[in-house]
Amino acid sequence: MQYVLKKTGVLVVTLLLISLLAFLAFQIIPADPVTKLLGTDYTPERAEALRHEMGLDRNVFVRYFDWLTGFVTGDMGDSYSYGMGVEKVLEGKGAVTAGLSLMAWLMVIAISVPLGITLARFQGGRLDRVFVAMNQVFMAIPPFFLGILFTYVFGLVLKLFVPGGFISPRESFWGFLGYLFFPALAIAIPKAAMVTKLLRSSILNQMQMDYVRTAYSRGNSRWGVLRFHVLRNAILPVVTFVAMTLADIVAGSIIVEQVFALPGLGRLLLASIGNRDYPVVQCIVVIIAFIVVFMNYLADVLTQYIDPRVRLG
Amino acid sequence: MKDRILALATAVFMTAALLVGGGQSAFAAGSPADVNGSITVGIASDLDSSLDPHVSSSLAGTREVLFNIYEGLVKPDTQGNLVPAVAESYAVNDTADEYTFTLREGVRFHNGNEVTVGDVVYSLTRAAGLETGEPLMATLAGISAVEAPDDRTVVVTLSAPDAEFIAYMTAAVIPEGSDPADGIIGTGPFKYVSRSVQENIVLERFDDYWGEPAKSARVTFKVIEDGQTMVMSLRSGAIDMAAHLEASQVAELSGLSVLEGSMNLVQALYLNNARAPFDDIRVRQALCYAVDKQMVIDLAGDGHGTALGSSMYPAFGKYFDDALTDYYEFNIARAQELLTEAGYSAAKPLEFTIDVVAAYTPHVNTAQAVVELLRQTGMVNAKIEQMENSAWYSDVYQGRDFEATLHGMDASTLTASALLARFESSNAKNFIGFDNADYDAAYAAALATTDDAEQTAKFKECETILTESAANVYIQDLADFVVTQPNVQGYQFYPLYVMDMSTVYKTA
Repeated sequence: MQYVLKKTGVLVVTLLLISLLAFLAFQIIPADPVTKLLGTDYTPERAEALRHEMGLDRNVFVRYFDWLTGFVTGDMGDSYSYGMGVEKVLEGKGAVTAGLSLMAWLMVIAISVPLGITLARFQGGRLDRVFVAMNQVFMAIPPFFLGILFTYVFGLVLKLFVPGGFISPRESFWGFLGYLFFPALAIAIPKAAMVTKLLRSSILNQMQMDYVRTAYSRGNSRWGVLRFHVLRNAILPVVTFVAMTLADIVAGSIIVEQVFALPGLGRLLLASIGNRDYPVVQCIVVIIAFIVVFMNYLADVLTQYIDPRVRLG
Repeated sequence: MKDRILALATAVFMTAALLVGGGQSAFAAGSPADVNGSITVGIASDLDSSLDPHVSSSLAGTREVLFNIYEGLVKPDTQGNLVPAVAESYAVNDTADEYTFTLREGVRFHNGNEVTVGDVVYSLTRAAGLETGEPLMATLAGISAVEAPDDRTVVVTLSAPDAEFIAYMTAAVIPEGSDPADGIIGTGPFKYVSRSVQENIVLERFDDYWGEPAKSARVTFKVIEDGQTMVMSLRSGAIDMAAHLEASQVAELSGLSVLEGSMNLVQALYLNNARAPFDDIRVRQALCYAVDKQMVIDLAGDGHGTALGSSMYPAFGKYFDDALTDYYEFNIARAQELLTEAGYSAAKPLEFTIDVVAAYTPHVNTAQAVVELLRQTGMVNAKIEQMENSAWYSDVYQGRDFEATLHGMDASTLTASALLARFESSNAKNFIGFDNADYDAAYAAALATTDDAEQTAKFKECETILTESAANVYIQDLADFVVTQPNVQGYQFYPLYVMDMSTVYKTA
């Protein structure tokens, strides 16, 4: 209980700090929402009047506190550039990013766990040697490049999907998931390569331990040792990493959404930064920060569950 | 695993092979239109604001979509004429300060109600800010009163004569008492259906339209910011058409119809006339002599584009003076001479920064070509600074804190003023700080006269002054490529930055 309270406290403080920093960052970069709204119709008087109307002429901390009070009471404010409530702007965007990230994350697990175990099991074999050689490449390919590659190969040549033909979940849920498959794969491959490598070396590391020799001497087969003794220990660092990967994936989806023309949070975030649309940016930043901190927390809990030796407190 | 890589690599090479060979125009003519057709158009930027036609007019990308939904008393046609729309006819008094409109009968709003004089008076009063004192549309600031003497006539009175005023009457007519934030209702050939931020804007044919009904039943504008993704979406067939493509994007497409028009903007290296080094006319002229426009167009746009010599483009017809285009014939020796006079030499070269919005690739490419050409003089060292759109607005356009910037200026209405007003010394939009008494006089004379020939002559005089004093290094009106799937037809170019979807259709 005490642990949960402490963690929740850390979560709240982190989110506060991050949202404050995001707010302050806009004070440093040039231009404000009025700049973009007025564009070529700008006159100093109109800008001044509009700033006053939007309350932008007040002290930055006053504005932050104002935003915070609103946010906590469930009022996320109005978007400057879209002329509607932030919740309306965000509508449907979260589902796209969540769908994409979860799918990519499940792909990472589905690829790397069996692959990592198999590679460790047949260490030094042909498959293992090929993997070790190729792994660096897969880890190094940026998702946006894979995205462009997939669009050409699977979209235009093999015609497995229609590039740019995003289907909203309101139209067809399965069509939506189908369209997300290749973007998710583009995000998943580099991460899966990392997790596979980590799992493989973690297993191989454990195989050197004394308890493994003992297990063998008790008559266990190699598979039996792996399955019942090594895996539990070897998977520990991997679980933490995999949990943290989800946070990474959410952040990484920003670029991939651009490549596949997906209307998700990432694209909205980029556009809103360009428009200096603070209310929208603040909201997305808080969502992403929440995911990162929460996944970190989840990783801790999972570690404890798998390994009771880890005491939480 | 190895095999899969090989397959992948082969596929990539195959794709590369397919990519070779540019876009050709494949126009199948004369097929009947599919009246139930649905057209998906890729647009490069999301619409701004609340789709309020009286407010959001500052963003060209928003204007071109709203053109399909809203109409004014008059509207532009493809030839650059203003034709009656919600009004059936209009008359101007001799002093050009009173415009009388007769409403067309049977014009309906998208909500089914007939347009009345009350709606027109409300719309113009709102847009001109007559009640608030704060005009929503700067072009309407000259209106002093809007009245309706009977139920088919609207009289607009101006505080000063303005012979060009009729062009501003393209301002949208909306229902009396309505606010576009609560519902988008116009009189155009399409009615608004829905919008999803960063995703799409959906329009549907308005069946009670007073004029020629739209040829397609539904139009979806799909937001695709990334240029590469736009090309992919055209190739995959996810979108039916896209406008404002560049030569390099078109080169990646084959088997689609390509139409070439012009962007209708004045692309130039805009110089800060108010500040060193460009407060010296010799330096400005030197740059004009050193930049070979045709070479720039060849380098940056594969030869597509129309060279310009002043702040006016050919689509404006009578106001355009082609004699100014080659006023500064490419002459490096003359450029060096002027630079030497101004105190520069190979040892002490002219150094300055060109600010460009990074997202506008045609401007970035042009800037690179310009820098290269200036380098040929041996006395000019320009460097490019790419910036974000908002930063450009705040620092360059509004802050006027720049030396030179490569940009395009377009016209929001079919008036010479839309392009020339900004160089009047006291104009709020005069971001280059151009200050020339002759120009101010000629411009004022042009606005004051009601005689069309004299007005045209005065505007041409303005253009000539801009050229002679080398206000900016004028380059070109960029080529505008519209690419459509082979079964999409009927697209027409306008002399303005608009996209008229009412004539576009899919063949059945």
